[in-house]
Amino acid sequence: MALVGESGSGKTVTAQAILGILPANAKITSGQILFTPPKRDTIDIASLNPDSAAMRDIRGDQISIIFQEPMVSLSPMHTIGNQISEAIRLHRNIPKAEEKALTIEMLELVGFAKPNLAYDAYPFELSGGLRQRAMIAMALICHPALLIADEPTTALDVTVQAQILHLIKSLQSKLEMAVLLITHDLGVVANMADDVVVMYHGEVMESGPIDTLFRSPQHPYLKALFSAVPHFDMKAGERLKPIREIAHETRPFTHGLTAKTDAQRLAAPHLSIQNLDKSFVSRKQSWFGGSPQQTIQAVHDLSLDIAVGESFGLVGESGCGKTTLSKLLMGAVKPDSGSIIYNAHGELVDMSTLQGEPLRRFRRRIGMVFQDPHGALNPRMTILNILREPLIIHNFGDEASQRKRAEDLLALVGLSARFLNRYPHSLSGGQRQRVSIARALALEPELLILDEPVSALDVSVQAQVLNLLKDLQRELGMTYIFISHNIAVVDYIADHIGVMCRGRLVEVGRREQILRQPEHPYTQALMAAIPYPDLERPLDFKQIIESNYSEPQKWPSPYGHRPDQHTDWHPVADGHLVRVAATGSQS
Amino acid sequence: MAHYIGRRLLLMIPTLIVISFIIFVIIQLPPGDYLESYVAELESQGESVDPAQIAALREQYGLDEPFLVQYLTWSTGMLHGDFGYSFEYGLPVTDVVGDRLFLTVTVSLFTILFTWLIAFPIGMYTATHQYSWGDYGLTLLGFLGLATPNFLLALVMLYFANVTFGTSIGGLMDPEYLDAEWSWGKLTSILEHLWIPVIVIGTSGTAAMIRRLRANLLDELHKPYVVTGRAKGVPPFRLLVKYPLRVSLNFFIADIGSMLPSIISGAEIVAVVLSLPTTGPILIAALQSQDMYLAGSFLMFLALLTVIGVLVSDIALALLDPRIRLEGVRAS
Repeated sequence: MALVGESGSGKTVTAQAILGILPANAKITSGQILFTPPKRDTIDIASLNPDSAAMRDIRGDQISIIFQEPMVSLSPMHTIGNQISEAIRLHRNIPKAEEKALTIEMLELVGFAKPNLAYDAYPFELSGGLRQRAMIAMALICHPALLIADEPTTALDVTVQAQILHLIKSLQSKLEMAVLLITHDLGVVANMADDVVVMYHGEVMESGPIDTLFRSPQHPYLKALFSAVPHFDMKAGERLKPIREIAHETRPFTHGLTAKTDAQRLAAPHLSIQNLDKSFVSRKQSWFGGSPQQTIQAVHDLSLDIAVGESFGLVGESGCGKTTLSKLLMGAVKPDSGSIIYNAHGELVDMSTLQGEPLRRFRRRIGMVFQDPHGALNPRMTILNILREPLIIHNFGDEASQRKRAEDLLALVGLSARFLNRYPHSLSGGQRQRVSIARALALEPELLILDEPVSALDVSVQAQVLNLLKDLQRELGMTYIFISHNIAVVDYIADHIGVMCRGRLVEVGRREQILRQPEHPYTQALMAAIPYPDLERPLDFKQIIESNYSEPQKWPSPYGHRPDQHTDWHPVADGHLVRVAATGSQS
Repeated sequence: MAHYIGRRLLLMIPTLIVISFIIFVIIQLPPGDYLESYVAELESQGESVDPAQIAALREQYGLDEPFLVQYLTWSTGMLHGDFGYSFEYGLPVTDVVGDRLFLTVTVSLFTILFTWLIAFPIGMYTATHQYSWGDYGLTLLGFLGLATPNFLLALVMLYFANVTFGTSIGGLMDPEYLDAEWSWGKLTSILEHLWIPVIVIGTSGTAAMIRRLRANLLDELHKPYVVTGRAKGVPPFRLLVKYPLRVSLNFFIADIGSMLPSIISGAEIVAVVLSLPTTGPILIAALQSQDMYLAGSFLMFLALLTVIGVLVSDIALALLDPRIRLEGVRAS
């Protein structure tokens, strides 16, 4: 059973009510939650005191839950083994040695290669995917009759998401339990659910078997949800239909702006990155003794041209070096070697050598939008001050003209001037992200770097922001570098796409080349792991589980290479390049 | 671990050398020395002073030597337990401080114990019952404790202790035991007197700790890992102690560094008001009369305790918090 809806629609509160773990300021005022454990009588959970022993016996034993954030849902101070076996200790009366044996068996079942080591590991020693596996082990250790999975894969990369979904599905049939899956991702629903319930503003909009709902959605809300999701079969020029479209005003910014001619576009690329290298030295040194330092190649021998006025999409899993690259382009970190040539209206500047005042003046040309709209805006500044800050730094006009400019900027992203005196906390996620975009545009940059700008937003808000970004680019003639792990989103925005893995670009090409004929096994694996909101195209779990495509050494020939091995571009088609291991030569 | 402790211990040596030098410079900063103020005092009382005798004393204590020589004599002397000579008391520094040190430690340890016993349950209660009447009442009480000057509280307590229990005012024991040998009577007498300074010195610390524990716990209480614990069916009190309390203890352990020196220095002003035979009043007197070796050794002792305290709290933090101990060491 899948429970679908936007954030704030009441999905999580429903789950909390079932488990009796509602926050202190929430109470069940009326209604029943009927639960029938196997071979026992039906209980009305709503009538039980959430702190009573009877309710505690159900929690973690008959019903258990997996949360969205595997990073913070486990205690940092206790070992995985301790936290998992705690559930058996509470609900089963068995000797300690048996507890440990059961826990290790469970860890093995959820896919830990070395369950004995994992037992004594602390959560911060594990990756996000492994933590979520530990979380699942903890939820399933008592073989519950019902598992509630609250956005279990939202914080994970697509390939890891596919693995976790497969794990939940296979354990579900093995342990014969019911699963209540809470998600906003219709693609996940299509691959997991038998029945679907759609929620909006705390009410059920539509429910039924998945076939009926997906093939002929009745309720306008569900229809709207479907048309807000970017998908690969969109025709050229087709727009997403957000539930609420936003109107915006670009006029104050378009005066004096002339469309770029093809000659200008072709004269030189907007940005030409050549052999860029950046590595970080991690202090792999414990407090209690030295061990050799470890160098992490965040960006490795990266060369790339981005044309004037185009939108370049950068795709890759977390840790592949996307964000480091964006910081290098912004000039926030200096490269170890290589150059970034910027085309400032015909004048070519090597950004990586700029310093001091020239660098400060240069910064106006590049704007940046960050992933997390909560963290990117200072909670103690009003929207007016947030928008004025770049203008003050670059001595743009007096206070009155800065205020006027801030109003224009808000209009540019479709927000009214009454937001100027508000603080970020009173804005929704989508509104905050629009303020973020307005701030990035304050100095009229020519290049906008967007680092996962919509991945923290709901689908319908995501569609709003994506449409806005697309319009702004066309109207203001900016160049975009759009970083995302969601290939469908990149597909909607980008003209060219680059795929990154382990600090290297592995495939570059035009949008349709990459998406229709992916050459590189890594690109193919990424594509295969995307869940489609389409019943005809289920995920091929078998293929995903068997492949381990983020390891360059495990790629088939000619793509596979060792970390220190030299690699070359191999042209597939016009403008479509794929990286292969160099034959014979080694660096 | 051993490697780390060794490195930290070695680092302490240069730290202490620098501190000792700074202490000595500061003590020497006021014009004149103990003998000059001693002579001035005698002359103001109309007594004549034999210059030869003063010169002899000056010679004996090396007060005419250059600054660096005096510093070296003092600092190397400390290495083999010679902390110099107190002019004021006419005794070696170790003899002056000796007995008082034990009583100071007793008072301070009881104070810390008192602080913990009161602060922990109240802090846990106010955090879990945020904005309840109990929270407001206890918070008010805590602020009262924080706001009342300790010496004032000391005077009030002295009065009531005398009126209600008939305990003799001031000191840590009945006068008859002052110079007596240790006996059962002396011990019970000390315990009888102990509670007043313990409460007086402890109140402000307790109030501060309640506030900090409450704030730290409130930060942790709503973290997702606590909800995970609840969802597992952990009983409420056990949940509180095992997860959020454990995590919020870090601040508390980091505090040990500043606690050790305060054990020894005691609360100086309160000790003066209550005429406690602890070390605090001696330090104040020594600084006033420029009794340089006594004051210097005392400050040095405090510095040593601070450095050791910081080391102890760092090691304890590493033992208790796996994130500090293991970050980046074990590969998963």
